[in-house]
Amino acid sequence: MIGWIDTIIQGLLLGGLYALFAAGLSLTFGIMRLINIGHGDLIVLAGYLGIVATDALGLNPFWSLVFVVPAMAVLGYGLQRVVLNRTLGTDILPPLLVTFGLSIILQNLLMQLFSADSRGLNAGPFETASIALPGGLAVGVFPVLIFVTAIAVIGGLQLVFSRTSLGRAFRAASDDRVTAELMGIDNRHIYGLAMAIALAIVGIAGVYLAIRTSIDPTVGPSRLLYAFEAVIIGGLGSLWGTLAGGMILGLAQSIGFRLDPGWGILTGHMAFLAVLVFRPNGLFPKTRDR
Amino acid sequence: MSLIETRGLTAFYGDFQALFGIDFAVEDGETVAIIGSNGAGKSTFLKTLSGLIATRAESVVFGGEAIGGMAASRIVGKGLALVPEGRRLFPSLSVEENLVIGGYSKRPGPWTLERIFKLFPILAERRSSPGTALSGGQQQMVAIGRALMSNPRLLLCDEISLGLAPVVIADIYAALPGIKAEGTSVVVVEQDIGQAMKVADRVYCFQEGRVSLSGRPGDLGRAEISAAYFGV
Amino acid sequence: MSQSTARYSVERATRASRVGAVVLLVIVAAIVAMPWWAGRADIRTVTEFLYILALAQMWNLLAGYGGLLSVGQQAYVGLGAYSIVVLSLKLGLNVFLAVPLAGLVAALVAVPTAAIVFRLRGAYFAVGTWVVAEIYQLFVANTASLGGGSGLSITNAVRGIPAFWREALTLWFAAAIGIGALVLVYLLLRSRFGLALTAVRDSEPASESLGVNVRDIKWVVYLASAFGCGLVGALIAITKLRLSPDAAFSMDWSVIMFFVVVIGGIGTIEGPIVGALVYFALREFLDGFGSWYLIVLGLAAILVMLTSPKGLWGWFAAKYDIRFFPVQRRLVLGDEAKESAS
Repeated sequence: MIGWIDTIIQGLLLGGLYALFAAGLSLTFGIMRLINIGHGDLIVLAGYLGIVATDALGLNPFWSLVFVVPAMAVLGYGLQRVVLNRTLGTDILPPLLVTFGLSIILQNLLMQLFSADSRGLNAGPFETASIALPGGLAVGVFPVLIFVTAIAVIGGLQLVFSRTSLGRAFRAASDDRVTAELMGIDNRHIYGLAMAIALAIVGIAGVYLAIRTSIDPTVGPSRLLYAFEAVIIGGLGSLWGTLAGGMILGLAQSIGFRLDPGWGILTGHMAFLAVLVFRPNGLFPKTRDR
Repeated sequence: MSLIETRGLTAFYGDFQALFGIDFAVEDGETVAIIGSNGAGKSTFLKTLSGLIATRAESVVFGGEAIGGMAASRIVGKGLALVPEGRRLFPSLSVEENLVIGGYSKRPGPWTLERIFKLFPILAERRSSPGTALSGGQQQMVAIGRALMSNPRLLLCDEISLGLAPVVIADIYAALPGIKAEGTSVVVVEQDIGQAMKVADRVYCFQEGRVSLSGRPGDLGRAEISAAYFGV
Repeated sequence: MSQSTARYSVERATRASRVGAVVLLVIVAAIVAMPWWAGRADIRTVTEFLYILALAQMWNLLAGYGGLLSVGQQAYVGLGAYSIVVLSLKLGLNVFLAVPLAGLVAALVAVPTAAIVFRLRGAYFAVGTWVVAEIYQLFVANTASLGGGSGLSITNAVRGIPAFWREALTLWFAAAIGIGALVLVYLLLRSRFGLALTAVRDSEPASESLGVNVRDIKWVVYLASAFGCGLVGALIAITKLRLSPDAAFSMDWSVIMFFVVVIGGIGTIEGPIVGALVYFALREFLDGFGSWYLIVLGLAAILVMLTSPKGLWGWFAAKYDIRFFPVQRRLVLGDEAKESAS
């Protein structure tokens, strides 16, 4: 019994990491209807940036965030302005193909630079520290930190959306890009900022991922799939829905792993398919646009 | 010098030419109406002025500057605002947010949220409703208010009476003197010739992408107008 | 001849298309005779070229004509490959008899798959098909009798077939599938169905209103493409003789299909041929530089997409007005009509 409660807690906390993977994807979809196939590889890139920065600084890996997050934001803005803005339009092939190409290029460049060997970040005893709960349960400090970060990030995004001028511009550009231009909103710039925020979050997610497990250049695509599944399960366009979607995915995987170690990923995918079959608009839909 | 002037303005949708050499001008403080049947190119003309459709730079001169083909988002900041056909409010923004985002370009001037609410008091009561939950007439008020929030020197209104009841149209046109009083020039595109003649200092009639007639309402005869309008 | 037909005619053949037909026949004859005149390495390369061409043509049919941007066709390649394990290795069926059955298996699995992924549109369909491909891979990897995650050898299935005949038959099958895919897509597009397909790609709502059943068309295209990918998968299994879920269901198949079709020219029949040639040239040229050819290929695909979305062939055809496989109907004015027009 304790074992199952533990499994559920682990799964829900894992959802925090998936929500961090997914928040950027949810954001760029919501604002510009863009699905970035290279999203997972960018998470891995951020992980490697964290490794490089940590090696160079010789400090605790969490300090690398100070470098990785702004670097990813700048990369996001540049990528959107120079490449991705040119792909946006009514045809979905260009954004899909271009981000797919980006994914392949990133994977293979990382392979050339860092080889296929797995690498990770070592955050010392913090990684394995845990808090004892009543009933003989224990939760890891780091998983809790990841989860709290996810809540903070999504809460922060929600505040930006509802309270700031930038948030209004995001929503306006998402509703009607032509009329947004008439308000003086430069969509190309706004989209650049959206991608900058998305990749800043990817920066956090990548460093956390590298601390949590080891990474190699090929693990990006499955991270994209988890992120995508969290977004679809939660319902398109809803940020809190994305967090819930991440938690459901984490829970499904964690239950699967407990049943049979080979099945963890599979049960996650099956949960996604089940949502697709029974609730095609996700559990907490906001927009009906697919 | 005119506030805005176009010389030989042309516009295309792909290979299809929609406007063939439009000569047009609005003076400071003037109200100008553009009339014409469906497909005459009126909306295309307003979209071209606001930067949504490309054209040669020198074919539109606004406040002494060639702005043809400039990005729409830059043109607003220069003091030219469009109330688009069909109102096009942002569904995920409230009435107040729709108005506030109209001032995104931060152009200084007399119009503030409070002034808009004074002009259209009903909007103050509905300020936190979603823009699209309002009646057609109220939505039109938001669309006009939103354009005014950019403190334009020239306000372009595309078919603001379309689909509205006569009493509502009267309400909306009643706001026009208040807008003119701030020195704002206005261009209205109207299908209703009577309405256009009532409010305008000058009238242009478009037909098949060309100006078929222009002049002061008093100087134009009924037969002359219907010839220019219908091309008979 | 009545007057109306004298004024214009609807023409579909071009001079280039007649040349194309002759050239194609010569090439087919040369390929079929390869086992007697070419070396083993060349035969292998041509075999690979042909199945890559078939894969590209299948994806072209799906995405370029059907508007279904799948990133999950590796599911059917993998299923086709593993069908050989079941049909030949386990049940003892001759591998070459098993190849067409493998295609059927893939098409059969595509039925429930389509029922689910067709709920998604556009980019969501793309990622959804990818998830489904992962699911099939994980199922295979979790099935111990199929060799589990580490895979298995299928050498036993081809035991007793002399190497010469094995390679010759593989080549001929690859030729049948590669050139068959080309001809099939060509004939499909020239039929009434082809017109409907083009209408669906150009505007789904508009073609609905014209009485084209969009759903049926998507089903036909999706199942046909799964069948083709299944055949190729089976053939790949016979060539490689060693299978693992990672390789059989590899994302690389989708990568190749995407890049070959986009670089060559999506929505054209000639495009995938051009793209496949570019792919092989790049791979040979950058041989020994590890995965750099994939980086270059990715950059090339992005560049083509941003500058010339109809691909190398689309650019070439528009510039010189050459079509080897004309599928569009062209209105040709007769002399009388030309005179009255001028």
